[in-house]
Amino acid sequence: MIVAKKKPIEEIIDEIKGYQKILIVGCNECVTVCESGGKKEVAVLASALRMYFLNQGKDVKIDEVTLERQCDHEYLEEIRKMIDQFDAVLSLACGVGVQFLAEKYTRTPIYPGVDTSFMGVTQERGIWTERCQGCGQCILARTAGICPVSRCAKRIFNGPCGGSTKGKCEISREIDCAWQLIIDRLKELGRLDDYEQIQPIKDWSTERAGGPRKVVREDVR
Amino acid sequence: MSTETKTPSKLEKVLKAGHLAVTSECGPPRGSDAHPIKKKAEMIKNYVDAINITDNQTSVTRLCSLASCIHLKLMGLEPILQMVTRDRNRTALQSDILGAASFDIFNILCLSGDHQVFGDNPKGQNVFDLDSMQLLQTVRHMRDQKKFLGGDDIGRPPRMFVGAAANPFADPFEIRVPRLAKKIAAGAEFIQTQCIFNVEKFELYMKLIRDRGLHEKVFILAGVTPLKSVGMAKYMKNRVPGMDVPDEIIKRMSGVPKEKQPDEGVKICIETIQRLKQVEGVKGFHIMAIEWEEKVPEIVERSGLSPRPQVP
Repeated sequence: MIVAKKKPIEEIIDEIKGYQKILIVGCNECVTVCESGGKKEVAVLASALRMYFLNQGKDVKIDEVTLERQCDHEYLEEIRKMIDQFDAVLSLACGVGVQFLAEKYTRTPIYPGVDTSFMGVTQERGIWTERCQGCGQCILARTAGICPVSRCAKRIFNGPCGGSTKGKCEISREIDCAWQLIIDRLKELGRLDDYEQIQPIKDWSTERAGGPRKVVREDVR
Repeated sequence: MSTETKTPSKLEKVLKAGHLAVTSECGPPRGSDAHPIKKKAEMIKNYVDAINITDNQTSVTRLCSLASCIHLKLMGLEPILQMVTRDRNRTALQSDILGAASFDIFNILCLSGDHQVFGDNPKGQNVFDLDSMQLLQTVRHMRDQKKFLGGDDIGRPPRMFVGAAANPFADPFEIRVPRLAKKIAAGAEFIQTQCIFNVEKFELYMKLIRDRGLHEKVFILAGVTPLKSVGMAKYMKNRVPGMDVPDEIIKRMSGVPKEKQPDEGVKICIETIQRLKQVEGVKGFHIMAIEWEEKVPEIVERSGLSPRPQVP
């Protein structure tokens, strides 16, 4: 999933304090799973903002809606009829949803309510960790199913570097050394000999470096 | 190993003539006055065969390695250009290699580099377009195939003796020798190791290297560092990633009064060199006297590594 975290409420207030009618739009997908922008978080944020403006003696209307997804036209269309009643929208979707909303509703200012962080997993309740950076050319077959692009702080293809200590990364004892994980798993799979194959220089043109990306499937268009 | 040299590198000549080589390193200053680096080099020049210039070590911004190497070259000395892949993409790496080659810098040490979080720009981007092994491959490709990575011919290709670092003490230990084998396969011709304090573990590492015959394929320079104080020993043990300082060393340093600790540190360093001279496969020493370059001449002399050989 795309993992996001809630923005500090002070930052949100600073962005929207000039508006009288605000719609908070949640998303039922990834941000619901990572508990940053689903129906529940929309309700909590709406209450907090109402309380804040009430205390400030300001009459600000705050409405709530949570869409199935904010990255598909059909769901975003559901708010077409109501959007003109608001002078700003606060989206709790990831950066993708915020932008898609803004592309569709060109006359309404759209603000982000979360900081979109990475593609990852629910490690355990309340902890989400990164697994993929969408480099556009998956190499997991060659690295025992553990990604050095997203999990090594130096994105090293022939690791571990000299900073690997007791299975942890040189930048933090909280972070596993991806290459220790790769080696452990190669061993588990009886493939430790594969370690000595030099991974070639990567083609980064399929990653961010190559500019905004696009996938086209003619057969399903 | 072949005794035929492939480059005009003095370090390569010394090693291939069968001498124990001595290298040391100098960190460039944090400013544009090149005087400090020249002064450090002047201090050690008669006691070493070549001098590494670090490349923004620990990610702290400094005068660049390439310009510092040029200063040394203009003094008639033999620099080893350290180059990390942290800060440059493949265009910049190849370009700087050519820049160094244009000044006849004949040695390069290929590294990935410390993560930027340790330095003065922890909020900056890192590059890591290549890793250290891929940089080794790149320099060898430019030198031997006389081509850029993109495939075009290079006019006057670089003539560089190509080195890599090895840390016998990082984890996991079992991968340390396979990793060295990989660096050799990628093109490393000499190796400078991390500072050795745990001599026993290093000897085991060298045995595993000999078991695979790797000592016949690459020149291994054992890294040593004189400790200035027990505080430094503890700092290296606890705070520097991948460093192995055994308790006996800490005990020995703390067993002498503070003012005698620098002498004790130098003594340990010399004893380490003497012991490692006996280890088959050790072809020289890399003395990293961190901001203590003035001790290098004494260490070299008292270790019996002076005078340095003259090579044609």
